[in-house]
Amino acid sequence: MNMKNLTGPLSANNPVIVQILGICSALAVTVKMEPAFVMGLSVIVVTAFANLVMSLLRNGIPSRIRIIVQLVVIAALVILVDQFLKAFVYDVSKQLSVYVGLIITNCIIMGRVEAYALGNKPLDSFLDGIGNGLGYAAILLIVAFFRELFGSGTLFGVQIIPQSWYIAEGGFYSNVGIMLFPPMALIIVGAIIWIHRSFNKDLQEK
Amino acid sequence: MGLRKIVDNVKPTFSEGGKFGFLASLFDAIETFLFVPNTTTKKGAHVRDCNDMKRTMFFVVLALIPAFLFGCYNTGSQVGLEGFAALMYGLVRVLPMLAVSYVVGLGIEVIYAQIRKEEVAEGYFVTGFLIPMIMPVSTPLWMVALGVAFAVIFGKEVFGGTGMNIFNPALVARAFVFFAFTPQMSGEKVWYSDWTMMGAQVDGVSGATALEQLATTGQMQWSVMDAFLGFIPGSFGETSTLCILLGGALLLYTGIASWRTMLSVFVGGLAMGYLFQAVGLTDYPAYYHLLVGGFAFGAVFMATDPVTSAQTNVGKYIVGFMTGALAVLVRVVNPAYPEGMMLAILFMNALAPTVDYFVVEANINRRKNRIKTVK
Repeated sequence: MNMKNLTGPLSANNPVIVQILGICSALAVTVKMEPAFVMGLSVIVVTAFANLVMSLLRNGIPSRIRIIVQLVVIAALVILVDQFLKAFVYDVSKQLSVYVGLIITNCIIMGRVEAYALGNKPLDSFLDGIGNGLGYAAILLIVAFFRELFGSGTLFGVQIIPQSWYIAEGGFYSNVGIMLFPPMALIIVGAIIWIHRSFNKDLQEK
Repeated sequence: MGLRKIVDNVKPTFSEGGKFGFLASLFDAIETFLFVPNTTTKKGAHVRDCNDMKRTMFFVVLALIPAFLFGCYNTGSQVGLEGFAALMYGLVRVLPMLAVSYVVGLGIEVIYAQIRKEEVAEGYFVTGFLIPMIMPVSTPLWMVALGVAFAVIFGKEVFGGTGMNIFNPALVARAFVFFAFTPQMSGEKVWYSDWTMMGAQVDGVSGATALEQLATTGQMQWSVMDAFLGFIPGSFGETSTLCILLGGALLLYTGIASWRTMLSVFVGGLAMGYLFQAVGLTDYPAYYHLLVGGFAFGAVFMATDPVTSAQTNVGKYIVGFMTGALAVLVRVVNPAYPEGMMLAILFMNALAPTVDYFVVEANINRRKNRIKTVK
């Protein structure tokens, strides 16, 4: 069992900010913390079990049809997650709308299955899936933290910035409306990459 | 030369290895601000000219002064003051915004210069002056600060600092504040100062700008002469077309701004205005577009920015024309944005390198064909 599989994708080999994968959903579901959190959990589950199942099957699949098998496995897992969310957290499921279904197109999952699970043992693959899912979820939560705090003044729906600060209540403050637009999510992801690379010299391009 | 001696005396302290060596770039900025450097380029072919960056930037600020002073006067006159009192009221009203713009902007620039061990670039001298002039006068100061910080970091330093930026930093600040605080940056009250001092009548003063009136009703309550002279509500420095043209004349005379860009922006705006008039989308004269809102200010001071505009002469005509045409297009066709100049200039900033590329390619092809015909 290789614990590096779990810790590597958190920082030095992060799927979002180093491999630049899964950006589309990082922009779409990060307006609020709650959907970002649920989305992160869903992706962790799907990546981990897709990796596990594909690793178990890896010696029995002819390589010509491996993509179609991967799609079947991932699609089945995504449908499971989708139904689970609809049953237990219906509100969040409605907020996430199509993006749960679109986990199937998330490049991270297909990427990990292709690059890792097809050539490694089940337990290592499972850890690798959890690690990459965690790395993805961490970035989602950081982006959502800034977007929800400054865009809506709340965190997980709880008012953080005092109501009395707002202009409407006689204060001076106003929510930064641009935070709710997807372009700002891209700029925040860019800023995270910038800060991350300035601390990790080996990632900097020459 | 007492000052020279003082500067020379403290220089070792601020040089590399000195006590305050980490402040070297700040010291260099102050020294070259006080004294023109007497070091010249030794190697290679260079144009040697007295017109260095600092002097260029100084002339741009000089060109902005008429519009700035008129903006002060207009701020006072919009709240019922007259004469010298109006000018003073406006000056006092806008100075905090100017101070915030310079302190925040230069602060970030100095920090970056220290980190990168470069000299502090002169570019912010103009940007910092432009930013208050394109904001509504009652913009809260912390919004200005946030806009300036965003513009300097994400509009400029990300791309490598002065001279490397894709977008005009002052307009990035304006765009950020506009989209971040839309409720505070539009509407009827924002164009009027809200400070009760010097006997200003601020209670209940509100009203749509000339642009908004034109967009909704097709006419404005001011005469064409008022709009040309600038006695209309609007962003601080943009109202007086006359004063802007005075500054523009200085820029053209000193050769700092390109007449190609400036002229073609106005031509583009007029052409698009006439087109809309001809097809019946607007029923006011096309030249109104050039007088109201930020059109003239953008054309003279923003679109001509040598860094973000096109570099080739043909490119300047194309980019300028499309900037003017786009501004009028946004104004007339999109009801959500009564003012289109900011978006038009930013959009054409992004397209300028592409335009340049095709101009250069066309030139190469033309010359290749010439070789063929000679053979």
